[in-house]
Amino acid sequence: MAKKAIVLSHIGMKFNLSKEKVDSLKEYLIKFVRKEIRYNEFWALKDINLTIYEGERVGILGLNGAGKSTLLKVIAGVFKPTEGTVEKHGKIAPLLELGAGFDKQYTGSENIYLYGAMLGYKKKFIDEKYNEIVEFSELGEFIDVPVKNYSSGMRSRLGFSIATVVAPKILILDEVLSVGDAKFRRKSERKVMDMFDSGVTVLFVSHSLEQVKRICNKAMILDHGKLVAYGDIDEVAPQYEKMIEGREDELPRRAKKNRKKKKTGREN
Amino acid sequence: MKKYIESFINYRFLLWELVKKGIKLKYRRSYLGIIWSLLEPLLNMIVLTIVFGTILGNHEKTFPVYILCGRLLYSFFSTSTKAALTSIRKNSAMIKKVYVPKYLYTLSAVLYNYIIFLISLIVLVGVALVLGLKPSVYLFQALLALVLILMLSTGCGFILATLGVFFRDMEYLWSVALTLIMYMCAIFYQPERLLSSGFYWILKFNPLYCIIDIMRSAVFGSMMNMQYFVYALCFSIGTIIIGLAGFIKKQDEFILQI
Repeated sequence: MAKKAIVLSHIGMKFNLSKEKVDSLKEYLIKFVRKEIRYNEFWALKDINLTIYEGERVGILGLNGAGKSTLLKVIAGVFKPTEGTVEKHGKIAPLLELGAGFDKQYTGSENIYLYGAMLGYKKKFIDEKYNEIVEFSELGEFIDVPVKNYSSGMRSRLGFSIATVVAPKILILDEVLSVGDAKFRRKSERKVMDMFDSGVTVLFVSHSLEQVKRICNKAMILDHGKLVAYGDIDEVAPQYEKMIEGREDELPRRAKKNRKKKKTGREN
Repeated sequence: MKKYIESFINYRFLLWELVKKGIKLKYRRSYLGIIWSLLEPLLNMIVLTIVFGTILGNHEKTFPVYILCGRLLYSFFSTSTKAALTSIRKNSAMIKKVYVPKYLYTLSAVLYNYIIFLISLIVLVGVALVLGLKPSVYLFQALLALVLILMLSTGCGFILATLGVFFRDMEYLWSVALTLIMYMCAIFYQPERLLSSGFYWILKFNPLYCIIDIMRSAVFGSMMNMQYFVYALCFSIGTIIIGLAGFIKKQDEFILQI
């Protein structure tokens, strides 16, 4: 039997959306005295139970605001879940919003060391892989230019190159296979595919069902923070298609209802 | 506890990278670069000596050294706590993407300022030698002052970092508080002037002044005030305990605020 890679038990993630954001001391004191601090609770994830085995490639499907990115961030350890526990076996390479963690005033090559250190690489490891990273990112002489002068494609390319230079056990991909131009996209997809062959566990978020079908062998559907379905991609994909179709039909009705209920803001 | 030590060892390369980044970026794009860390306190000392030497009529030859001791320690405390205060918010982009123990950001903010401060001590050594101060055995007390000021800044830094995440006002409040603290440190006046006025307790209960006094004793070659030393030590340890406890308790909520 395959080994467990990730075990999620009873994961719940609650956000407090204060109706008016209180972030000044005066406001807080006034509201505290008047007992006006009310939080609007919002569960981005609710009671998620899931075991992912080594070598499985799991696509995470769901509409906007279903909790996909929140789930990935919980697994990556960025969010600490309000309830439940995450068990992880093996090194995780999180590819979330590539290049967003760069320091803009730093040059590309300085960022390689900084970002590498953030991902837990050792200095020696980065020294060894430095050329490989620069080469893969195709930045050439731009590597010595401050990142603030990069285009967003260049930034993502560099982020992808740094994050994938390591051979991780668990790979978290959040819409990242759509970075750069068509050429780099193909190249990055190939690189990720190569990792698949070495038996890496993958969590993949994409809005393109095509891409999920091509890459993943398992899939889950999230809806309003709940796990609706989990299973082989062949079973889940049709279910998701049906779900989207169903949603489209009820859209006009829902919109009216929402206006009446005057819904408050969501996670994003 | 073991867990924290292990993670610290694992992340010491990142800590070093963050410290390096702070130092590099502070002086990037200025022509004189790191030389500013020497030039700035030197120019400041000259201004303060001219102004206060004239106004207060202090014509002692070593008055510049007296000012420099106070000013260097105070300005380290001020810049490092300010940097710590904003450390979490400034690094929010990174915090949201990759999991890294968050205390590293605050600690590195204090540490990079500490290294710049240590470099700037060269000015103190230079000015003291030029003005004819001879080093004595008491100079070893300076090490105590340097350790104490680091502890005090780290402790205060963690308290402020936690508060700074939840209340943006802290930035402005703290800079006002720092001005008040500056006048309570006897940087450019002799504390004896306060002795007679009945406000001497303000100095005695200001740990930063106690540390400055220890530093001055070391430089001017006299035995430090033990009472000051014990008080500053206890106060620093207290802030570190409170700062770390509050930080660890609240750190998981940071991400929801930034």
